[in-house]
Amino acid sequence: MSEEKYIPESKLAKWFDSRLPLLTLSHHLKEYPTPKNLNYWWTFGGILTFCLITQIITGLVLAMHYVAHVDHAFESIEHIMRNVNYGWLIRYVHANGASMFFLAVYIHIFRSLFYGSYKEPREVIWIIGLLIYILMMATAFMGYVLPWGQMSFWGATVITNLFSAIPFVGESVTTWLWGGYSVDNPTLNRFYSLHYLLPFLTFGLVILHIWALHVPGNNNPVGIDVKKNSNETMPFHPYMVMKDLVALLVFIIIFLWFVFFAPNALGHPDNYIEANPLVTPTHIVPEWYLLPFYAILRAIPSKLGGVIFMFAAIFILMLLPWLDSSKVRSATFRPIYKKLFWLLVFVVILLGYLGAKPPEGIYLILSRLATAYYFIHFLILLPLLGRYEKTDPLPMSISDPVLDKPGVLDKVKNAAANYEGENVNSFK
Amino acid sequence: MTNKIKIKRRNFLFTATYSVGVIGVGAAVWPLIDQMNPDSSVKALSTTEVDVSGVEPGKTITVLWRGKPIFIKRRTGKEIDEASKVDLNDLKDPQKDSDRTKNPEWLVMVGVCTHLGCVPLSNKGEYKGWFCPCHGSHYDTSGRIRKGPAPKNLEIPKYEFVDNNIIKIG
Repeated sequence: MSEEKYIPESKLAKWFDSRLPLLTLSHHLKEYPTPKNLNYWWTFGGILTFCLITQIITGLVLAMHYVAHVDHAFESIEHIMRNVNYGWLIRYVHANGASMFFLAVYIHIFRSLFYGSYKEPREVIWIIGLLIYILMMATAFMGYVLPWGQMSFWGATVITNLFSAIPFVGESVTTWLWGGYSVDNPTLNRFYSLHYLLPFLTFGLVILHIWALHVPGNNNPVGIDVKKNSNETMPFHPYMVMKDLVALLVFIIIFLWFVFFAPNALGHPDNYIEANPLVTPTHIVPEWYLLPFYAILRAIPSKLGGVIFMFAAIFILMLLPWLDSSKVRSATFRPIYKKLFWLLVFVVILLGYLGAKPPEGIYLILSRLATAYYFIHFLILLPLLGRYEKTDPLPMSISDPVLDKPGVLDKVKNAAANYEGENVNSFK
Repeated sequence: MTNKIKIKRRNFLFTATYSVGVIGVGAAVWPLIDQMNPDSSVKALSTTEVDVSGVEPGKTITVLWRGKPIFIKRRTGKEIDEASKVDLNDLKDPQKDSDRTKNPEWLVMVGVCTHLGCVPLSNKGEYKGWFCPCHGSHYDTSGRIRKGPAPKNLEIPKYEFVDNNIIKIG
């Protein structure tokens, strides 16, 4: 980074910083130059950090009351809800927090897709981000198993059975995952252990994600490189911190609306029925944030094929920086890509809707079409677009799109003149 | 010349050290992996005896074995006929009905869909056998997969008739 070297002021600070440069780190984080045109879509990184910390704190507290045993798990959740002081609040924050976490991460990912934030030189940030997303899904899935309701049990059964599709070793892999011949007490125990571990791994990856971000710096809505420490950037604190906080407050209002007014709206009522290995609920549905992948799984009329396509739908994103060969980052200057972006958003939401419907008739046909389009978007359309799309001319600097509008420059000049005039008057 | 020999000897020592290191790490990791496999107490619960004297023809009972449901169906003559008449070429996982039973009247199967592990519903579906509500697999009166995403017939567990009324599973 081209920042000036930081030298602590006091003697003690110098002594400490030369032994462990924490003060240099905090100076860097405070002064980190951010493009001045970042919009509110850029506030979700901070929101996601808030979500992760909320989940870790509420989870830590829930773990003090929860019992990971098939005979007591369901009861202990009710115990938390009814007997533990504020247990209902802490559990509802944790359960809805998972949904809010995914809501934020989807906005964050689609922000990246729209503004081309995954492109050179930010490929590593993007890949670490996807690893975080995969860990989030694993953590959420295992967390959903812990209450040991009907959806917990059958969700766990269906998802672990995905691995039985692996040729030759599938059976032994699932038995190994279960620690038995079906989802049972050993499974519940290990899921609990891993559910506690994974958020800390996620936290580690978040640090790498931010570190990798701080090497090239933020992308921005215009998508061109900014000159660091010029009039095109502002220090992270207080400017972006304040903007992040405004967005976070709005986010928390929505979050708490769910917690207090619709705490079970995003969950499935069947999970308030204790797990029963003899009866499968008529419709097994995963949590809403996994539905698009579930729709892809069911769209393919073969067990192994479905599993392969489902995992491919996630891993294909890792190749995105190389599949999208266009040098222009922001969709603002890519007229065709912009349309395809919104079409992709629509298709993913459609897949989510279809994942919640029974796999028959029109729903099945639509799932197949949407699945096909999802892959066509990434594997065919994006590489072709990089070659043939005629992009709009890029501005010379991130200030141009604002200042180039007719009359803007005059307004700024007048404002400056008036301001000076006022000052001059007040001096008199 | 002596220099060359020295390099060779050093390479040998490096390779030997790495190899021993890898074996050592492997030996240390294996217990950590194997502890997740079924433990002795889980394996000990491997047989169940069921009294089937009260089961009427056409009825199915479900018992739990190794945490999984087992369907025991006393089939009617008509159902046995239907199951044995099926042309093997029509089957996804071809298997004769007679290979799936010890006594054609009694069909004993693991009641777990071979797709993703849900419990199929009895006397449902297009082939009047079992139907899995999760992803729509249809099984016939012999528990063979006929339609839907499941790749295999319902599994037949190891079992034997202890006497006319008792079936020992496992």
